[in-house]
Amino acid sequence: MSIFDYFRSSKSNTASLAKERLQVIVAHERGQRKQPSYLPQMQQEIIEVIKKYVAIDSDQVTVSLDDSDDCSILELNVTLPEK
Amino acid sequence: MAEIIVVTSGKGGVGKTTTSAAIGSGLAIRGHKTVIIDFDVGLRNLDLIMGCERRVVYDFVNVLNKEANLNQALIKDKRNDNLFILPASQTRDKDALTQEGVQTILNELAETFEYIICDSPAGIEKGAQMALYYADRAIVVTNPEVSSVRDSDRILGILQSKSLRAETNAEPVKEHLLLTRYNPQRVEDGEMLSVADVVDILAIPLVGVIPESEAVLKASNQGEPVIFDGTSDAGQAYSDAVSRLLGEEVDFRFLEAEKKGFLKRLLGAK
Repeated sequence: MSIFDYFRSSKSNTASLAKERLQVIVAHERGQRKQPSYLPQMQQEIIEVIKKYVAIDSDQVTVSLDDSDDCSILELNVTLPEK
Repeated sequence: MAEIIVVTSGKGGVGKTTTSAAIGSGLAIRGHKTVIIDFDVGLRNLDLIMGCERRVVYDFVNVLNKEANLNQALIKDKRNDNLFILPASQTRDKDALTQEGVQTILNELAETFEYIICDSPAGIEKGAQMALYYADRAIVVTNPEVSSVRDSDRILGILQSKSLRAETNAEPVKEHLLLTRYNPQRVEDGEMLSVADVVDILAIPLVGVIPESEAVLKASNQGEPVIFDGTSDAGQAYSDAVSRLLGEEVDFRFLEAEKKGFLKRLLGAK
């Protein structure tokens, strides 16, 4: 840093931005690692079944698997269209 | 019983081979019989960093294929009698490695060596998985930079799922974080992730912080592991890391920026 830098406006802290971005992506990727490999395909097939009966988009369905201690919970969340 | 330590990172160019050479040499200097294996088949470089590139006759793959025995392929270091190098093949590719073959060689080495250092290739493919499969401990080499930290987390996931210890539900591979190319001044200026940031994200114990140093390039130019340069900051930081690997408690050094004088500040000198 030289004398000229003192006249510049406040420095941006890019390191804290890097940390924030990393925390988000690393948490996301760790979550995916724990998923069984069949989950994406199962999710797709569940969506197909629902689509046979109700007109929905793929993004209106979320499937998630939570592992807590000795109990696994498969959560299926479907947003049905308004009539 | 020999201890197998893999030096890995996911990302390339972060200092795996430099670290393997330094840590292996450091263990040998402390009197432990150590062998460093280059797992980077097709892109061998450990020989250059160790300064024994002209003494390579047989390699890892020759031993795997029984074209040579282990003693013919092992290169004894000229500086230290406890230190040996097993070079990678330069003419083959990573498919030349088989799990059974690697296991046979490691078992044979374990009869005579205390420490077996496996210098992993970059990536998460077969070569890297082979290097970490039999590990008891892992040194995860990371730069304070987003892509390196993310890739380190990836390789930690692989250590926790695809190593022999993970597959057999044995005690997990012991993980150690080694931060390299650390620049305390840039951390102070808010331009670089700090040690605490990286430890926070990866959540594994820290074994060493190697400052960004001119000594590292000088060492590789000469084919002499940087730990032999006891006057350099990087050499001393690696030596501290070896102590911690051996279970000693050592304070971390080189984490603070050098205080600059008034004139230096004014002129913006580095």
